[in-house]
Amino acid sequence: MRRLLIAVPFLWLLALFIVPFAIVFKISLSDLAVAIPPYTPTLDIAEGWAGLKAFFAELDFENYIWLTEDDLYWKAYLSSFKIAVISTLLTLLVGYPIAYGIARAPQEWRAMLFMLVILPFWTSFLIRVYSWMGILSQEGYLNQVLLWIGVINEPLIILNTNIAVYIGIVYTYLPFMILPIYAALEKLDISLLEAAEDLGCSRFSAFWLVTVPLSKQGIIAGSFLVFIPTIGEFVIPSLLGGSRTLMIGKVLWEEFFSNRDWPVASAVAVVLLLILIIPIVLFQRNEQKQREANQ
Amino acid sequence: MRRMTWFNVTSLTLGFAFLYLPMLILIIFSFNESKLVTVWAGFSTKWYGEVLRNTAFLDAAWVTIKVAFLSSCLATVLGTMAAIVMVRAGRFRGRTVFSGMIYAPMVMPEVITGLSLLLLFISLGMDRGVFTIVLAHTTFAMCYVSVVVSSRLVSFDQSLEEAALDLGCSPVQAFRLVTLPIIAPAVISGWLLAFTLSLDDLVIASFTSGPSATTLPMKIWSSVRLGVSPEINALSTIMILVVAIGVITASLINKRNVVRQQREEAAAEKLA
Repeated sequence: MRRLLIAVPFLWLLALFIVPFAIVFKISLSDLAVAIPPYTPTLDIAEGWAGLKAFFAELDFENYIWLTEDDLYWKAYLSSFKIAVISTLLTLLVGYPIAYGIARAPQEWRAMLFMLVILPFWTSFLIRVYSWMGILSQEGYLNQVLLWIGVINEPLIILNTNIAVYIGIVYTYLPFMILPIYAALEKLDISLLEAAEDLGCSRFSAFWLVTVPLSKQGIIAGSFLVFIPTIGEFVIPSLLGGSRTLMIGKVLWEEFFSNRDWPVASAVAVVLLLILIIPIVLFQRNEQKQREANQ
Repeated sequence: MRRMTWFNVTSLTLGFAFLYLPMLILIIFSFNESKLVTVWAGFSTKWYGEVLRNTAFLDAAWVTIKVAFLSSCLATVLGTMAAIVMVRAGRFRGRTVFSGMIYAPMVMPEVITGLSLLLLFISLGMDRGVFTIVLAHTTFAMCYVSVVVSSRLVSFDQSLEEAALDLGCSPVQAFRLVTLPIIAPAVISGWLLAFTLSLDDLVIASFTSGPSATTLPMKIWSSVRLGVSPEINALSTIMILVVAIGVITASLINKRNVVRQQREEAAAEKLA
């Protein structure tokens, strides 16, 4: 009974999560071919040991060397990293005051405000990104309003630039930043702040010296939750970004669907995964530390 | 409690305006008469008519609902099992691998998950369609379900289960009669989460589906790439409203359950 309980989800994840990665890794070592499937070698089990040997002999790291030679790829990794870092900081900047405001709101409002933060998370990601296309385009609502007020004389070009990508990422990932920070701020004991003020801190330095350090865990967790998925983001750069917006998720998609180069797409995926392991492990360790601290 | 400072009020107002204005604008302009999306030309519901007459959208919606229903049910069963293993099974060989496999799919970029599953389906020679999307969605959604359910499992008193076992229940009976009713709200929210994750997914579905199955996000994607259209605005409004009603209903039910539970616990404490 216990064995069955363990075995079913275990085998499911093994078959549909681990095995697929092994296949991706294997194909990343293969060569592109005009065939179905479009790569070689394919394993011929009928040939037995000799077939297996021939199969391994043909695998090599050529695609990875290719990734370092063509500067499209490392530029895409670098630019994904840059976009992810900047948008994580922007999300923190936008999210912290909101989380702070909710944590300081009257008790009876908090549940409602909390719910209002989560609600957009349930609505379609695609639709939320799409809603910005009408706002940011050249004849869009934002430009109409700005022209009408008279702040600008000619429409700003925002859609199809990196600025639109930043706006899209901050918008869609904001709840991930707000929730952990709110969780940390809510636990914060107000009397600590009062003590700091009694001891001669200004309000601002009390905030800076007491509130921020005590919400550090929330800031770290929120930043990872935004940073990790942003690196591989595909929908936002494709819809809001321009042809010059380079992100690795988009490169992988195009390599696969447009160029139909499966081996290179697989190599791109493997490298992306290797890059992501570091922040994922750091995030897990941080969560673990927090759990232990709570016990 | 301190009173709200003007700073907090401003940041909340601006923050929620930022979160909700884009969707509000989208909803308002879905009732726009004009084909030009950014110019208001009078109130009209004609785009809703267009959406409901568009059989491609309706077919895609049907595929999406089928996929979401099947995958969320499967994910709920598997995710609940995984949660019980994580919280109750104690130590066993491969436990670290197991918990890694539960958490990893949630942080994995969708492009990688999609690509790897597609390559698996191809190397197995499977025909791609509704079935393969269901398998893919089940795999990542079960991880979310297991996190939601295990947080409930951790917090409830294990002695209740032990009491049932001492009183002669079989483990299966103890689960069905004691554990399941207690974790039911978490299981239901896990199911809802799995359902919406599946409804929402574009990237993994695009990789794992074949020509026979197009989901609604895939359909929306191919039309959105060409720019803003009033039809998509109307469709989006319908989807936003359906989800909003669903989530608000679910949270009201959940709140009622919590209140009832608290009342029962209070009553039980009074007896003891």
